[in-house]
Amino acid sequence: MAVLLIALPLLAALAVYWVISPTTRAWMLPVTGTLHLVLVLLALRHWGALPANAWLGLDALGAWVLLVISTLFCICAFYAPSYLALRADRDSRIFCVSLLAFLGLASLLAQARHPGVAWVAMETTTLVTAPLIYFNRNRRSLEATWKYLIIGSVGIALALLGTLFLAYAAHVGGLEEPLHYTRLIQHADLLSRPWLRAAFVLSLVGYGTKMGLAPLHTWKPDAYGETPGIVGALLAGGVTSCAFLALLRIYSVVVAAGEAQFAKELLVGFGILSMTWAMVFLVRQMDFKRMLAYSSVEHMGILVFGIGIGGHAARFALFHLAANALVKSVLFLSAGNIHRSYSAKTLPQVTGAIRRTPVSGWLFLLGFLAITGLPPFAPFISEFNIAAGALTTGHIWAGAAFLVLLAGIFIAMSETVVQVVFGTPSPQRVRTPYSDTAATTAPLIVALCLAGILGMWLPKSMQTLLEHAVITVDGRMPLREVRRVPLAAAIPQAEVPHE
Amino acid sequence: MSPNFLIALIILSNFTLVSTSRVNKAIQITVVQGVLLGLIPLAMGLGRHLHILGMVLVAIVVKGWFIPFLLRRAQRQVHIHREIDPYIGYTVSLMLCALGTGLSLILAHMLPLKAGATEILLVPASLSTLFTGFLILVSRRKALTQVVGYLVLENGIYLFGLLLIEEMPVLVETGILLDLFVGIFVMGIVINHIQTAFDSTDTRHLAELKD
Repeated sequence: MAVLLIALPLLAALAVYWVISPTTRAWMLPVTGTLHLVLVLLALRHWGALPANAWLGLDALGAWVLLVISTLFCICAFYAPSYLALRADRDSRIFCVSLLAFLGLASLLAQARHPGVAWVAMETTTLVTAPLIYFNRNRRSLEATWKYLIIGSVGIALALLGTLFLAYAAHVGGLEEPLHYTRLIQHADLLSRPWLRAAFVLSLVGYGTKMGLAPLHTWKPDAYGETPGIVGALLAGGVTSCAFLALLRIYSVVVAAGEAQFAKELLVGFGILSMTWAMVFLVRQMDFKRMLAYSSVEHMGILVFGIGIGGHAARFALFHLAANALVKSVLFLSAGNIHRSYSAKTLPQVTGAIRRTPVSGWLFLLGFLAITGLPPFAPFISEFNIAAGALTTGHIWAGAAFLVLLAGIFIAMSETVVQVVFGTPSPQRVRTPYSDTAATTAPLIVALCLAGILGMWLPKSMQTLLEHAVITVDGRMPLREVRRVPLAAAIPQAEVPHE
Repeated sequence: MSPNFLIALIILSNFTLVSTSRVNKAIQITVVQGVLLGLIPLAMGLGRHLHILGMVLVAIVVKGWFIPFLLRRAQRQVHIHREIDPYIGYTVSLMLCALGTGLSLILAHMLPLKAGATEILLVPASLSTLFTGFLILVSRRKALTQVVGYLVLENGIYLFGLLLIEEMPVLVETGILLDLFVGIFVMGIVINHIQTAFDSTDTRHLAELKD
């Protein structure tokens, strides 16, 4: 199963290269995406504690992240055929190959049990997503691609150094290869502390660059601003989730070694810094795609902030991963539609979208309200609980700053969004033949509904999955074995504070 | 041959690299660095392990031949010979590089090393090479020279990896080399596009996107 999850998209990527008809090629995306999602759902029945020497396998954390990425990919894949039909002038071959290869590598990352393999998967996702950013083939997208490649590669090189430091920490402590995560966590007390701390800092900087945490996010507004909306959605919800997972794996080792305090302070600091930075650049942001990029910087900040607070907040940070991915897909895809309709993405040109493209306009507005925390959508639940988690565990200042920043970002973004959606049509606007169709809006409506449902109801099995994912993040081994065992035995254990 | 001799040569090659303006020469130095890096495990007396011999061979081929070959090809396509007017001048770069090397020696002294690894200068050399790579990346304007900087950065990381060469499984090491190779390959393609789009590979042209 583990291999199939990786091989299916990679084989599809290989096959799609040889398909001649652009329509068939485009439809291979939703077909592969659906098959992959079905496989992930089947695999979800089998997740559990893995044998220490396994190279690949799904534990709770990996399963949760893979479920999010696979769902997101499915939504984007169903949007892709109609999008590519509109862009018939472009050769979509490399585009489809890159998209499918990304899905395969994300599956590899989610299942990797060795830091080296996880690093290789993360590096390769950077490389396969670079051609996606260059899809528009103009100077601006070229500049964005170059920045993405250079900054991303340097970040990923630092993450590699962090991985080597981790291996050396084990080597100094007398722990030898193969250094699977399970073994690292079980023998965490042997690791050399100075090297382990350095490893965490480098991993945070390295994978943080890929996530787009401030001040390492400089590639993000350019890349998200210049790519098609569909790629923006996948980068903001998929690639960032992959990097977050890679970081969490190292974090769990650090926590298991008893260095949690040090790591948590860093994460909270980076979280607050990212949110502040995003807020500053969101004020009077004229380009609505760059606005979404800064919003993504903010949400990466929320993720690491929640993990840094720990406990209740960490659980909702993982939940926020799903909430963010779903709502970001709505925002990026509807922004793509509006961009297409106006042939512009900056404010004076784009106003009154609700009249020209009513469905996309409404989706953009609702997506904005959802991402900034309107109930009943999922981000409300996660943002509320992360704040509550911070305030109830004595992080009064951090919690207060978090709430103030959320409010500030809402105000800053609303100015741009209200003008884009409701503003009076500008005389400079360009008329293009694009109008909303069922095919370009239905996947977005599904994503928004999913975000609404997740905000009100989370299936029991998903709750269990999340519980166990948090235990994994906290550097403990979930008690569930590979097959179903009574969960009553596992959950009380989860609530024992880890000191 | 003592491994420290090879390491000293690598540090010297760093100095040459930051003070040269000719792209040709910079690429030649990366060849030298790649081969020296590849030979260190043999100098450390690890030639008896078959998998390490394999690694040595792969590293020399990839770092000493294949990547410089890609860089040369990119250079021929975009016709650049000199790095003109870098953000940080050559003399200042050289001094910064010397300063970085000194700091690396101090920093490496402060980290606990496993017994037996202290007499080999791998850690300070690795930090110093990393620093050189960063310096080239941020101080040069040409896209191709920036890729050279990235390669030097990776060489620094590889030097650190040599501390662990007996423990690292071949799979992971090959993965890392393969990624490096593909990364440079993709960057080469992008450089070519930059050349066609802007008629120059100066990254100053890549400054249209900002807030």
